[in-house]
Amino acid sequence: MSQLSNRQTWLTLLKRDLRIAARRRSDALNPLLFLLMVVTLFPLGIGPGPDILARIAPGIIWVAALLASLLGLERLFRDDFQDGTLEQLCLLPQPLAFTVTAKMMAHWLLSGLPLVILSPVLALLLSLPLQGWWALALTLFLGTPALSALGAIGAALTLQVQRGSSLVSLILIPLFIPLLIFATAAVENASMGLAVHGQLAILAAISVLTVTLAPLAVAAGIRMSVN
Amino acid sequence: MTQVVSTNSPLLHAERLSSIRGGRVLFENLDFSVSAGQLWQVSGPNGAGKSSLLRILTGLLEPSNGVVFFDGNPLNQNWSEYCQQLLFIGHKAAIKGELSALENFHWQQQLSSVQNVDAWDLLEKLGLLGLEDELTTRLSAGQQRRVALTRLWATQASLWILDEPFTALDVQGIALLQQRFVEHLDAGGTIIFTSHQSLTLSGLMPEKLSLEYRGEVL
Repeated sequence: MSQLSNRQTWLTLLKRDLRIAARRRSDALNPLLFLLMVVTLFPLGIGPGPDILARIAPGIIWVAALLASLLGLERLFRDDFQDGTLEQLCLLPQPLAFTVTAKMMAHWLLSGLPLVILSPVLALLLSLPLQGWWALALTLFLGTPALSALGAIGAALTLQVQRGSSLVSLILIPLFIPLLIFATAAVENASMGLAVHGQLAILAAISVLTVTLAPLAVAAGIRMSVN
Repeated sequence: MTQVVSTNSPLLHAERLSSIRGGRVLFENLDFSVSAGQLWQVSGPNGAGKSSLLRILTGLLEPSNGVVFFDGNPLNQNWSEYCQQLLFIGHKAAIKGELSALENFHWQQQLSSVQNVDAWDLLEKLGLLGLEDELTTRLSAGQQRRVALTRLWATQASLWILDEPFTALDVQGIALLQQRFVEHLDAGGTIIFTSHQSLTLSGLMPEKLSLEYRGEVL
């Protein structure tokens, strides 16, 4: 029997999720609009003084990014769960921990990558010094895969919970704290012209660790819910 | 297209299967064997545990007690091979409302790696021609069911487990599905399904497994 290779299966699932996302553009755009609005509110509330804004910019952007990533996370597996697609994923010959990485990748492409691309605009809005721009983009690039991976765990664990979005937030926000600490420290250091290698290395390590281990927890969570 | 598992032992064997859901005993100590090429109909009143039994046979649901063997091995020891041989269509159609009928079919076709099925012929056969570009969320329940059933024409799986496959189908759809059953069985395939209705096509004489509603609460 000719069997689809792991790579082909993975790409098929990724393409399917991206196509569905293209049909539901608002799901992908809403978190970005939310992020932009939150970041825009701070200069209005605090005042347009560039010194204060530049000082708090890394924290604002990263907190807004964390909150934006929570929006819509509940639906990461829920639609597939409700229409029976998740059951079919469980019955593929490939391990579930492998196939869910395609969904995690789709989530990152739709929520994490746009943040990286949008980061210069956010930096500009909050008067972040130019030397901090690249650090902001880099921290988002290195940190957002961990957001998607941890988010997938939360989404999988709360599949059976009615209105699980608040529970997802309660589970995930404590897990996001290390990312927030090291990412903001990196952007602050870069803005002051200091070395940022240590913080970036830790962010990368957190992402590698979560992206590697999260699929196992996600698969277990999904199997529990399907069962 | 169908690949038959050649074996003298039963294709699927259930040993002392029990299921307790929500503190209620659905069935206890169920023993049966399904051989390659057989057609099995699981029947019983609502709440008797038909869907639970099918889900246990697919491995999606853990039995409260007992073991399911596929080709002589417990499912969890033979999982990848089992999934290659298994096609399951449950209550939920597993089609995406944001995709068209044709896109849903292509997606299923890609995952099953069956390439020699002409999508247009199949859509015409299933009465979906002209609706191929409609998002499935806009189709009727029967048409959505037909989209889900396209998988039966684009699969290499030898064992089909189907939960209420005739639901929402009209007379023509039921006849078409029964004809597909005949083709699959003739090719040596195996089907286990639940249905409240009797098969009308001659040549389809299913083995019966009847479950009773017990209503015992532990």
